[in-house]
Amino acid sequence: MTAPALIRRVTGTLVEAAPLPGVGLYELAAVGSGGLLGEVIRLAGDRATLQVYEETNGLEVGEPVSPSGRALEIELGPGLLGSVLDGLGRPLAALAAHSGDFLTAGANVPTLDPARWWTFGPALAAGATVAPGDVLGTVEERPGFAHRILVPPGVRGTLAHITGGRYTVHETIAELADGTRFTLAQRWPVRRPRPVAARLPDDRPFLTGQRILDFLFPVAEGGTVAVPGGFGTGKTVIEQSLAKWADADLIVYIGCGERGNEMAEVLSEFPELTDPRTGRSLMDRTIMVVNTSNMPVAAREASVYLGVTLAEYYRDQGYRVALMADSLSRWAEALREISARLSDMPGEEGYPTYLASRLGSFYERAGRVQCAGTPERTGALTLITAISPPGGDFSEPVTQACLRVAGAVWALDPALAHQRQFPAVDWEVSYSEYLQGTLPWFEQEAGTGWTDARRRLLELLQRGRELKEIAALIGPDALQDEDRLVLEVARLIRELVLGQSAYSATDASSPAGKTLALARLVLALHDAARAAIAAGKALERLDLAHQRRHIAAVRDAGPEAWPQAAETAHAELARLGKEAV
Amino acid sequence: MTLTLPRSYQGANGAAGPLLFLEGADRVALGEWVTVRIPGTTDRRGQVIDAGDKVTVVQVLDEPMGLAPGRAEVTLTGEVARAVVGKELIGRALSGVGLPLDGLPPPVGEALRPVNGAPMNPSRRVRPSEFIETGVSAIDGLNTLVRGQKLPVFSGPGLPALELAASIVEQARAPRGEPFAVVFAGIGITARETRRFLDRFTKAGALERSVLYLNQASDPTIERLLCPRMALTAAEYLAFECGLHVLVVMADLTHYCEALREIATARQEIPGRRGYPGYMYTDLATIFERAGILRGRPGSVTQLPILTMPDDDITHPIPDLTGYITEGQVVLGRDLHRRGVFPPIDVLPSLSRLMNAGIGKGRTVPEHRQWADQLYALYAQGREARLMAAIVGEAGLGAADRRALQFGEAFEKEFIGQPLGRRTLPETLDAGWRLLEAFPRDDLTRISDAAWAARQAARAAAP
Ligand SMILES: Nc1ncnc2c1ncn2[C@@H]1O[C@H](COP(=O)(O)OP(=O)(O)OP(=O)(O)O)[C@@H](O)[C@H]1O
Ligand SMILES: [Mg+2]
Repeated sequence: MTAPALIRRVTGTLVEAAPLPGVGLYELAAVGSGGLLGEVIRLAGDRATLQVYEETNGLEVGEPVSPSGRALEIELGPGLLGSVLDGLGRPLAALAAHSGDFLTAGANVPTLDPARWWTFGPALAAGATVAPGDVLGTVEERPGFAHRILVPPGVRGTLAHITGGRYTVHETIAELADGTRFTLAQRWPVRRPRPVAARLPDDRPFLTGQRILDFLFPVAEGGTVAVPGGFGTGKTVIEQSLAKWADADLIVYIGCGERGNEMAEVLSEFPELTDPRTGRSLMDRTIMVVNTSNMPVAAREASVYLGVTLAEYYRDQGYRVALMADSLSRWAEALREISARLSDMPGEEGYPTYLASRLGSFYERAGRVQCAGTPERTGALTLITAISPPGGDFSEPVTQACLRVAGAVWALDPALAHQRQFPAVDWEVSYSEYLQGTLPWFEQEAGTGWTDARRRLLELLQRGRELKEIAALIGPDALQDEDRLVLEVARLIRELVLGQSAYSATDASSPAGKTLALARLVLALHDAARAAIAAGKALERLDLAHQRRHIAAVRDAGPEAWPQAAETAHAELARLGKEAV
Repeated sequence: MTLTLPRSYQGANGAAGPLLFLEGADRVALGEWVTVRIPGTTDRRGQVIDAGDKVTVVQVLDEPMGLAPGRAEVTLTGEVARAVVGKELIGRALSGVGLPLDGLPPPVGEALRPVNGAPMNPSRRVRPSEFIETGVSAIDGLNTLVRGQKLPVFSGPGLPALELAASIVEQARAPRGEPFAVVFAGIGITARETRRFLDRFTKAGALERSVLYLNQASDPTIERLLCPRMALTAAEYLAFECGLHVLVVMADLTHYCEALREIATARQEIPGRRGYPGYMYTDLATIFERAGILRGRPGSVTQLPILTMPDDDITHPIPDLTGYITEGQVVLGRDLHRRGVFPPIDVLPSLSRLMNAGIGKGRTVPEHRQWADQLYALYAQGREARLMAAIVGEAGLGAADRRALQFGEAFEKEFIGQPLGRRTLPETLDAGWRLLEAFPRDDLTRISDAAWAARQAARAAAP
């Protein structure tokens, strides 16, 4: 009989234990008499170093450690939608029932409610041969939402029996001839990507409802975006706005090392909001993973893997899933804290040298895919990641590592945020590699002229910027009327087209058609005013304020009202033209 | 978590700065509270920061000078660091580690609570949305504070942050007669600053509603790490178990961060930005996240931390990491201070992230958001015009820029500046409207027709 493993050292979130001769890397263990969750991250002889996912204060040298033989896994199955999980997949509501208003270590609660009944409707019959990813049947997880029960990766054979009816998540719904049983729930190790049949091209836009994003820096479904910005520049507001209004079947929102009150905000708002596509509560399409800044740091590291695994699982069912991660910098810092305690040789700014490769493989889990199994279906996982550069300095290692792999960058600028120009996306620094791929869709679906309007708008912004620099030297009054008009139009573009208040009842989300209409109106205003100036009218004599008000009315009109408002504004513009003649 | 009984050891094996190394100790727990007794000196307290079966590292919380490991009797108490809490603490002045400074016997309190606290379960939090009137226009009007928020003041050397905090405390004691308390953590501030602050407190009659934790500049730096946690432990008890609305003022967090850096250096850790430890974000979060409101409990903890931006640099790690954790910031501007504006709040970089939940219909006034947006937009334009005017002269500006420039000046003097003292919210709103009304209606692009009409009607009705 070997001696039981005992804690030999506790420092921060790390525990050293021995003797543990048989354990493997990334194996989980129960640490201490309270059974805290720990993961083996280093082995030397029979001594193992574990990162502990829970508060380690009070943990004693000499307490027992027992390995579990499993890796860090999440239980997947019906009941995830609408839930709020911690970084280890424990529902916060269950934790509250277990330990009250404050979190304590060692709470052992399951991700899925083991007592809840679901109605399973089989899609196959006994005798069918099945392969990984095949749809066994469905469960109506939320009203109108079909949760497809899939054959887990790596499993194939002939169905001996399969029966519809009411089941809890752990009851057998079907069985293979070789005795393999299927339940509604399956487990998956979070650090491993779930397999797909094939990756598809990124040519469908992921509509965000944010004009500056859809119009200037669109992201494709299955694409990846980095949103770097200093504190208070609007990363969380963008993540939340997209979680509310973006065109996706399902949202996984990871609050990684951020604020508790922000989570309270989501939890109080989302259930009250209606998903415009389905008419149901927004919470019905949302899964939250919450590990606030004051919760254990190792669980912060795990939380992004947990979130992306949840997203992959629904993608595999054939859904278009968007993952919001706020913020990846906190994840990287967790990595740094752990690696510093391991006395790893540090890379840049103390981050471990494997930072970039870990980030890279995380981003690789996004994509538009042909799902494994039958019936044939496609799914998408779009990744929107906030990044919090220290001092707002984008040259730091985490931002740089993200910029190298992300397909689009929405860079936020504190100067714009200070002027309350929101979303504070810096259009000179931001870019999207999905632009060419998605323009045809916009041209076809949002209205012809999208590409052209976009080009003209950017030109005006650029010209406006140059003129502003000149004006700062010689004074705006010394500019020609035509140039002063450009300055004015550039201002209107920022105010009426690119600016969008997340708090507006009617304009928090903008359909692509409205985005194009607003852009066209401002461009038409520029044309009309330029013609008037060319015909000899002074800029001061043009009633731009009047026109501005009509265009602002379009911006502030809701989804039903904007087309009418746009017609009115166009009609008004004709007046500015005529006045001039 | 089964802590053992006290165990004593004669003689430690080494010391480095505030760290004491102990070999062969039995069943040591991380975070275990330690007493160190050396004949001829006062007892010291410490905490286990690295528990090992071979070597255990104790961080000593009192003066390290004279720490003689060979002669030390080290007792592992079998407990984690705890603080006395209770309503009885109200009116008391204690040191940063909870010892009496007011000549009274040590407080007995109602309970002992671990100073590190435990994270609130985010799903049990109530979204903060209750407006707190501070009497400061730049805050009430433009960067509204709500109950349960953590809103720091970013100050610079010599700027009147403590005065601002004192005036907020004076005001915050009044509303609706609900039970309230103030917890003040003075972290490494000078005796002069402490006295100035306490004078204001006393005058306002807030002292008898306050618990003071004073870690003075002359106290050992390491005690600074404990001081805010003591204060917050007391505050949480008053809020969540006694049902009080607690305002926690902490000054100066910069001293706290410097203490953190000192310890990290003593532990020979790999430094992060500018020598501050890589875990400073997480460490500060365990302080700032202890603000909030819990479902089904009547009280609240609101935090007003104060920090000094070294060299007025907002990108310095201390303000930077703070801004990443708190729900906004009130930034003081040297330029305004120089021109005699009090309070010298630079509203452009200031922000209250919870403002939106705290204003509007049923909370302040329905048009609050547009009114604030309009003031912001014009002031931002005014500041830009000021820069331009510095080069091309005022005459080179267009008419709109000239108006914005004048607005900017007036806004700083008449709205930000409050020479006559506190303003009620209606007075704040009125001060803003007056400035806006100097513009043609068409320039007020953020103000809706409805809000404009309402204002005009109200003005006509006023005597
Ligand atoms: N689209 C928007 N419309 C209106 N206000 C906005 C918008 N975006 C940002 N803001 C304002 O900016 C504030 C800060 O935004 P947010 O909390 O998203 O910043 P952040 O980048 O996430 O900061 P941190 O890194 O500190 O978390 C918000 O509270 C809000 O007042
Ligand atoms: Mg944020």
